[in-house]
Amino acid sequence: MKRLLLSVRNLKTHFPLAKTIVKAVDGISFDLFEGETLCVVGESGSGKSAAARSILQILDRPGKIVDGEILLHRYREDDTTPSAIIDIAKLGRSSRAMQMVRRQDISMIFQEPMSSLSLAHSCGDQIVEAILLRHPRMAKRDAWQRAVELLRQMQLPDPALTASQYPFQLSGGMRQRAMIAMALASEPRILIADEPTTALDVTTQAEILALLERLRSSLGLGVIFITHDVGVVANIADRVAVMQLGKVVETGDLRSIFDHPQHPYTRMLLASAQRLEKPSPLRATVVPVESTHANVRPILKVRDLGKTFVLRRGLLGNGLKELRAVDGVSFDVMPRENVGIVGESGSGKSTMARCIVGLHNASAGSMLYRDASDGEVELAGRVRKGNDPLLREVRMIFQDPFSALNPRMTVGQIIGEPIRLAKTARGRELKERVAELLSLVGLEPRMMERYPHAFSGGQRQRIVIARAIATSPRLIVADEATSALDVSLRAQMLDLMLELQNRLNLSYVFITHDISNIRYFCDRVVVMHQGKVVETGTVDAVLNAPSHDYTKRLIASVPRPDPSLQTPQ
Amino acid sequence: MTQISDVSAPKVAPGAIKAPPDSGETPFRLMWRKLRRHRLAQISGVILILLYAIALLADFLAPRDPNAYIGRFTYAPPQQLHLFDGVTFAPFVYDYKVTVDPDALKRSFEVNPDKKIPVHFFVASEPYKLLGFIPLQHRFIGPADPESPFYLFGADRLGRDMLSRLIHGARISLSIGLSGVMLSLLIGVIVGGISGYVGGRTDMIIQRIIEFIWSLPQIPLWLGLAAAMPRDWTSLQAYFVITIILALIGWTELARVVRGRVLALKTEDFVAAARLDGASELRIILRHIVPSFMSHIIAVATLAIPAMILAETTLSYLGLGLQAPIVSWGVLLREAQNIRSIASAPWLLAPGFAVILAVLALNFFGDGLRDAADPYS
Amino acid sequence: MIGYILRRVCAMALTFWAMTFVAFLIMELPPGDFATTRVSEVSAAGAKIDPAMVERLREMYHLDAPLLERYAVWFGGVLRGDLGYSLAYNTPVNQLVASQLPNTLLVEGLTLLFMYAVAIPIGIYSAVRQYSAGDYVASIIGFIGVAVPSFLFALLLMWVAYSSFGVVLGGLQSQEYQGAAWSWGKFSDLAAHLWAPILVGGAAGMASLIRVTRANLLDELDKPYVTTARAKGLPEWRLLLKYPVRMAMSPLVSSIGWLLPSLISSATVVAIVLNMPTLGPLLLTGLLVQDMFLAGGVLVVMAILTLIGTLISDVVLFWLDPRVRVSAA
Repeated sequence: MKRLLLSVRNLKTHFPLAKTIVKAVDGISFDLFEGETLCVVGESGSGKSAAARSILQILDRPGKIVDGEILLHRYREDDTTPSAIIDIAKLGRSSRAMQMVRRQDISMIFQEPMSSLSLAHSCGDQIVEAILLRHPRMAKRDAWQRAVELLRQMQLPDPALTASQYPFQLSGGMRQRAMIAMALASEPRILIADEPTTALDVTTQAEILALLERLRSSLGLGVIFITHDVGVVANIADRVAVMQLGKVVETGDLRSIFDHPQHPYTRMLLASAQRLEKPSPLRATVVPVESTHANVRPILKVRDLGKTFVLRRGLLGNGLKELRAVDGVSFDVMPRENVGIVGESGSGKSTMARCIVGLHNASAGSMLYRDASDGEVELAGRVRKGNDPLLREVRMIFQDPFSALNPRMTVGQIIGEPIRLAKTARGRELKERVAELLSLVGLEPRMMERYPHAFSGGQRQRIVIARAIATSPRLIVADEATSALDVSLRAQMLDLMLELQNRLNLSYVFITHDISNIRYFCDRVVVMHQGKVVETGTVDAVLNAPSHDYTKRLIASVPRPDPSLQTPQ
Repeated sequence: MTQISDVSAPKVAPGAIKAPPDSGETPFRLMWRKLRRHRLAQISGVILILLYAIALLADFLAPRDPNAYIGRFTYAPPQQLHLFDGVTFAPFVYDYKVTVDPDALKRSFEVNPDKKIPVHFFVASEPYKLLGFIPLQHRFIGPADPESPFYLFGADRLGRDMLSRLIHGARISLSIGLSGVMLSLLIGVIVGGISGYVGGRTDMIIQRIIEFIWSLPQIPLWLGLAAAMPRDWTSLQAYFVITIILALIGWTELARVVRGRVLALKTEDFVAAARLDGASELRIILRHIVPSFMSHIIAVATLAIPAMILAETTLSYLGLGLQAPIVSWGVLLREAQNIRSIASAPWLLAPGFAVILAVLALNFFGDGLRDAADPYS
Repeated sequence: MIGYILRRVCAMALTFWAMTFVAFLIMELPPGDFATTRVSEVSAAGAKIDPAMVERLREMYHLDAPLLERYAVWFGGVLRGDLGYSLAYNTPVNQLVASQLPNTLLVEGLTLLFMYAVAIPIGIYSAVRQYSAGDYVASIIGFIGVAVPSFLFALLLMWVAYSSFGVVLGGLQSQEYQGAAWSWGKFSDLAAHLWAPILVGGAAGMASLIRVTRANLLDELDKPYVTTARAKGLPEWRLLLKYPVRMAMSPLVSSIGWLLPSLISSATVVAIVLNMPTLGPLLLTGLLVQDMFLAGGVLVVMAILTLIGTLISDVVLFWLDPRVRVSAA
């Protein structure tokens, strides 16, 4: 029988603010057993991170545990009954007893390894510190040896070198490995992982998840894994706790949660994730266009597109360095077709998107656009200014709805801006057009008097879309249009875009890092890696039978929100 | 591939696209609300309004002409203003008993409780023009008989009324800070804006120049520049030259702030979106970038005024800034140069406290403004 | 390391050259050259000046040559260590500067030390105990330090010392110790004179240093790496000193770059008010009587002091911040 390590009972963590009290954690209970992974899953604002931080009493100010128990069970050797039970909720946050809990019982790893590690100390230094806190009498040289050994266990290629390096000299994945080494240096029984792979690329994420899984089973750790990603949950959880608005709405074994979700929120969460596992029902209504069809010619023909950035160093700009962000990319977009561009960070996909809309000048190659009057226009090297019809016909949807809207303009002004500048409407007419656009994207027309700060992320993204379609465009480049949104909003946003496509005859170039978005939204997919195209084809062909090694690795790395699809560890 | 879902605001449940309650507020209203929460900034704001009102209405408020002197009352100490004579409202001050020490030729003053000097509000005076165009013949307060002594803040070396001089000094000292900042702002916004917006080598050169100016010791530099000013220049010329000298260094800080803001805004997606909407460069700058940093810049500019006031005071005190007969707080403090005159007439330091009050109020007010300037944080 | 410092020194040489140019322009701004000024001044006083000597000076400093050539001659002199000749004192500027430089270094060095030693602990305390009574006291001290012009602070101090204790502040030594050999008495006399200029000269810089330290540290305290360190179980004070304080120090060390000029600024004024035998009063005299070689010479020496300070801060930064070290390598 597995031993109970941690038992949280009716925990309440509140953040008293000037006027209100934010009840981040509002009476949650769960248990953690030896050797198991408990996934705490929820969307942003669900209080999952505050819950994790409460356990180590490292809440940001002014957060405070106001009620409940966090019972830590300590065992001697292989005893089955605990030698001590400590209620962490009763300990002072800077007390000696709390420090001892952090030094020997519970460790934590965080989301952003770059900012979570000190940049002024070497990795080895920071690991040695944790070792010496656990074993105060150990000689410093032995501790360093042990740190290198730990880094080796993290499968780092040159652990001795990594130990002497600073975090900013390492890649994201290596940093997170160093962070895990540091967490395990204190030989804890419990590891809390707070979104540890969210900031990482999907292939790196897969490696880190596999590493954590191996460590859990070999060390018998109890792992509390905080995540928003239902796919990750299906991949690694033994048990699941679903959080919403500070409460655990449902707990249970992985299979029972996925197979028989009880709570409506759990069902909604799973459904939103699983909905993205197959093509959108709205796609069926779009007439499929065969790219081989003789009569239909592509609306956009990209050939050997290249973008090179010149990085200057030194006082006079000598010491030039070239960065080939996009390198010889070719693909076609047919009318009313959705072409997905997928790749990890640094693949050049966003740079390419900006070349198409004209925010960057392409350094090489051509982009032939077939305009409304069926003439071919070369986009490369063309400066789009003022009343250029291209600005109206080729539009963009931005990733971050918080940065994409000018906070000092009303929604009406924001959406009206392209219309006013294109001089197609003014005054009353303009106002009516904006109202119409707002209802098209599912917002109330009377909202046009308001400023963006009054809207939530999902609503803002709708405003961004309304602005993009304001000039009756024909081609829309969407750059990570859903990645700033919670999973429950993603499918909605994609459906909205598909609906608009049906109504307005749009074609999309859809940039994303998320394979599930491609599956849901796109007809064809272009896989990019380090500035180059490694594979193109229909979504079906590429996702189900990838031919290139990188594509295979990428697709295999994506955690699917279905426990039965997971490869055995 | 950064997931930013966790840093965004709490989401509404899916499907519920309703307007949130705190909606129709303009950014200006948000700022105003934030400023109102800043108590110290509010108090400072009131003090500043009073100070600048005093400076504007100096002719009316000052009991005497700042340069009128009565030799008999050299270093006369402050008198206390009594509002009630017995129970009737009849403001008065006591006269002085003046004795002259025949050896040291030093006057000493005592209160003469037997002789009351009646004081009137809205007392008649020489005709003058308030703010340069409103003809008036009354002052706010003064002795009924203009020849009798009335020194609420004491008298200086020549028997001039310190209170009147202090009030008139506020004009120069407070306005020179404002005009210096205006000029700095003009240079700073243009140079900083170019630096941030154009970027590249232009930016690098401008940044090196600013760093260079920062590495210069300011006061020696100011001293040097002020010393080069011909002595025979009129007070107006001197005023402008000093303003320029102050702005010569003051613009750098503002330019740096503007550049930082412009650099940050340039990468915001809404600027890229404006470009895609077909906005011209000028429209992008004026409609999208400038409004987003103007409130912040005003706050930083407010915080730059105190340094200007301090610099003017210091230069004038050292004899290299404004010269008598201009009355500024720094010029007034020149009277307090040696320890013996301070010891015998400590009220000569009054302008110093006026400087401190103005500088503190400007600092607190600017701090409050800066906190309020970003209404979305 | 050597390469990094060499690069910094090269940049500094450029800055130094620009500084001398500014100093020279200031010297040149007043109408006429110093020889004519001197002649008119002396003859106005009814005395006579040797016209041959004036001619000799004119020739020596190429006073009739165009501006750039005069600059070249003067700058050449500066490079050789010759700052020119002061007509006000009838002495080479070198000699004047040399006589005041040790005092200046003593006072300003101690002021700098005093500033850092007091401001950093206060700044750390008020950041860690934000909104505590001590934090408010520190903020008030900080605001007053910023708001009171240094000459006024000096005046107030002199007034209080004189009216309450009958002590006349000013100078660096009492008469009887001037030129005397070092003794305990001389040392304590010096200390009794030193505290006032250090306190006054350091006040303004200290106030801003407290604010900067506090703001920097407050920024760092909320960073995730602090939470990480806390999660390891480090005791709170050890954690603070090892991580956030260390990170907050980097911008402070580079702050010497702007602190030093402002320190020299306020020290100049304070020295004038307190009548200290340092470079400040020398500069003022030079400016007031338009003895421009003297003024220019003092400005150059002040520039060199600033640059040396910046170099020191660069070296400390190199040692303190691995990011600088790695990017320099």
